[in-house]
Amino acid sequence: MTNQINFTIDGQEIVAQEGQNILDAALANDIYIPHLCHHPDLKPVGACRLCGVEIDGGHMTMSCLEPVREGIDVRTDSPVIYQARKIAIELLIADHHMDCLACAAAHDCDLLTVSAYMGVQPERLERLRKTERDLPIDTSNPFFQFDPNKCVICGICVRTCDEIVGLGALGFIDRGVSTVVGTFGNKPFVESVCESCGECVVRCPVGALAPKKPEFAAREVQTTCVYCGVGCGIYLGISGDEVVSVRADRERPTNEGSLCVKGRYGFNFINHPDRLTKPLIKKNGEFEEAEWDEALELIASKFAESKGEKFAALASAKCTLEENYLIQKFTRAVMGTNSVDHCARL
Amino acid sequence: MTNSIKEIDGAKTIFVIGANTTNAHPVIGQRMRRAAQNGAILLVANPKEIDLVRVAHTFIQPKPGSDTALLMGMCRYILDKDLQDQAFIDEHCENFDEFKASLDAFTPEFVEEITGVPWEQVAKVAHTYATNKPAALFYAMGITQHSHGTDNVMAVANLALLTGNIGKESTGVNPLRGQNNVQGACDMGGLPNVYPGYQNVTIPENKAKFEKAWGKLMSDKVGLTHTEIFDAIYEGKVTALYMVGENPLLTEANAKHVREALENPDLFFVAQDIFLSETAQLADVVLPAASFAEKDGAITNTERRVQRIRKAIPPRGDSKPDWWITSQIAQKMGEHGFDFSAPSEIMDEIASVTPIYGGISHERIEEVGLQWPCRDENDPGTQYLHKGKFARPNGKGQFVPLEYKQSAEIVDAEYPLILTTDRSLYHYHSATMTRRVAGLEELDSNEWLKLSPADADQFGIEDGEWVEVYSRRGKVKVRAQVTDVCPTGVCSMTFHFHESPTNEITNPALDPVAKIPETKVTAVRVEKVS
Ligand code: SF4
Ligand code: SF4
Repeated sequence: MTNQINFTIDGQEIVAQEGQNILDAALANDIYIPHLCHHPDLKPVGACRLCGVEIDGGHMTMSCLEPVREGIDVRTDSPVIYQARKIAIELLIADHHMDCLACAAAHDCDLLTVSAYMGVQPERLERLRKTERDLPIDTSNPFFQFDPNKCVICGICVRTCDEIVGLGALGFIDRGVSTVVGTFGNKPFVESVCESCGECVVRCPVGALAPKKPEFAAREVQTTCVYCGVGCGIYLGISGDEVVSVRADRERPTNEGSLCVKGRYGFNFINHPDRLTKPLIKKNGEFEEAEWDEALELIASKFAESKGEKFAALASAKCTLEENYLIQKFTRAVMGTNSVDHCARL
Repeated sequence: MTNSIKEIDGAKTIFVIGANTTNAHPVIGQRMRRAAQNGAILLVANPKEIDLVRVAHTFIQPKPGSDTALLMGMCRYILDKDLQDQAFIDEHCENFDEFKASLDAFTPEFVEEITGVPWEQVAKVAHTYATNKPAALFYAMGITQHSHGTDNVMAVANLALLTGNIGKESTGVNPLRGQNNVQGACDMGGLPNVYPGYQNVTIPENKAKFEKAWGKLMSDKVGLTHTEIFDAIYEGKVTALYMVGENPLLTEANAKHVREALENPDLFFVAQDIFLSETAQLADVVLPAASFAEKDGAITNTERRVQRIRKAIPPRGDSKPDWWITSQIAQKMGEHGFDFSAPSEIMDEIASVTPIYGGISHERIEEVGLQWPCRDENDPGTQYLHKGKFARPNGKGQFVPLEYKQSAEIVDAEYPLILTTDRSLYHYHSATMTRRVAGLEELDSNEWLKLSPADADQFGIEDGEWVEVYSRRGKVKVRAQVTDVCPTGVCSMTFHFHESPTNEITNPALDPVAKIPETKVTAVRVEKVS
């Protein structure tokens, strides 16, 4: 057990864990401190200069870098802090493409959250925007795109690829007037070492890295990825009768919130027009659609003729436990043979 | 896996042999890379320069098929330097002396010759694995898909026993299982020699137990394996085949033979799948199955964790969950014991006859699942196996003396290259699902024969051009990619693309025990398409 630390934020009593930083402790207690570059999965860097606080009336310090200490009195706002934040946010906005209505992230944009907190009005946002950045949008990846004009250089994507994915496909690129993020050599995503896992897209606080087809799920169902033996926990996002999105399950010990490209983006086969929707019976070399009853009757009568060693079944590493259990039970108990196998070996 | 995925974080040494983890098990691959960044020593042994090599401390490149020699060489070094965990061996293992005697053959010179790896490097890997503990070992098909795959697995186990890297947290012998429920299909007795829970069919008490549970008389004869089934169909001995969710025309070694078997006119062939796969096209009846998003149930991952899948949307068209279909066939045949109304009821029956799943129920696995063995409803499941004692009747871990065996096919003047198979990050197995996801297909849309610059030079092959790859069983047409990833003498292909069906040329030579075909070593020749 780590030790508990007691202190106050804006006069409110807080109980935090030793080693936690002030920003995380505040957020955990529903106290908002503006921030852009902080992400709970990543090591704090204090780059965006928004999360400043004053401790015991002293100098302003970045709350994401400051560990909690017993008995301190933290202030999240003061004229000094406000002024510092205002400068930081206005600089960011000045560089940011502000077409919020057309932005995929608009419903969930940390830049808008910070702006709202700071009381920056939309008209003012418009006036603040000065550099007409018009960098090309990278649409090379089939699943997501990167619009550098919306990037706030928080570095979350860079650190995600480094610290979480362990790949390091992204970095800061100095382009003279301004810094941008990009792949090694600033190549399009698909030509880089990027593995398309989408971890950076999930964490981008604005709409710079965003899914190409943002879909809004009306409800979610907790399940497990269909592909490999890692068994990542996922939530399927459903709209109407269709799966429209996948989100990683952070509670599942198998993946703790991570996914690969197949798990995150590989679900569209479910609605593919090639899906079999009717039993098919081959007649004179051609498949004809049939009703279940007809197909089942035919199978039952044919299988009855091949009991014992004349029968074999191939179970499936893609089917559920219950289904595999039934297939082998059927083979052994009904057909009277142990000739049941699957492709475990391949 | 004897141990759990999360334990990778705590391992001081991670040894990955015969596995391309970032492609085949990407989220575990991510975790390994992360661990390496956070200070774990990552050792990689692979014929090819796989992605993990970038973050590995030591990378050795044994020739395909030389794993037993490599692993036994490591064991020999460890004993020569007295780095073994003698207390662990004395207390927990048996057959040590026989095993030790078998190491005589694995002299440094012999190991170097067979593996092509300099002895100092073998020594370096062995030294780290034996001394920088806890050390966790991971392997996949690169170890098992050989005519001597069982020996390879034993060699891996010998190494872990010798160093006491088993039965403790962040250690273990960890085979990475391929498909989402391949572990579960084995657990459920989807194997010709065992009932659910690995209860052998040849043991009379087991048979009696299941005959009582299922109310039927059953066979005590071990059934046919995957490969043997197709032989038996070909010979007309098996006349009815019920195939659920498989596509052996792309996944089985020597797939041409599979096709010939399935074209036997006397066969009644039922295929059950979500798509009309290459193999299902040969069926007499095709039954439309519901996808994973359209049904309830549970699957077991590579770390033995039983997890839920849930129905999120209704089945497409008239498709039905596989459990429903099998139950209906049985009921149509007038059988009892198949009248289930939900998968949770089936799971309850599984728990009643399968001791290692005895405590599993849908209710208990709702959130994060449970890891078997989980014997009763109070059992919290098992994070890692062999704690304190081995899961064998006498509680001892068994050393196995081994000798080196050549691969069934070796290169010669006519077939001078070794072809080994691999997987792409973007596709899964025979790719019936992934190739129907437009974005994945866009990222990776065709097969490549990867070969080394030196071999490309020698055989006059340019990067990107069409070639034909010949083996003793046939040929496939594919585009060549010249890359440093392959060492001289070794080329590789995946098996995801029906346009270039790699497994029509791979070697079906079987491991005598595990009956796994040798798809990792096929002697081939590469020619330009003129
Ligand atoms: S792309 Fe997004 S995550 Fe990356 S630096 Fe820009 S704003 Fe931050
Ligand atoms: S998300 Fe990727 S790593 Fe996880 S289970 Fe699915 S395919 Fe495997």
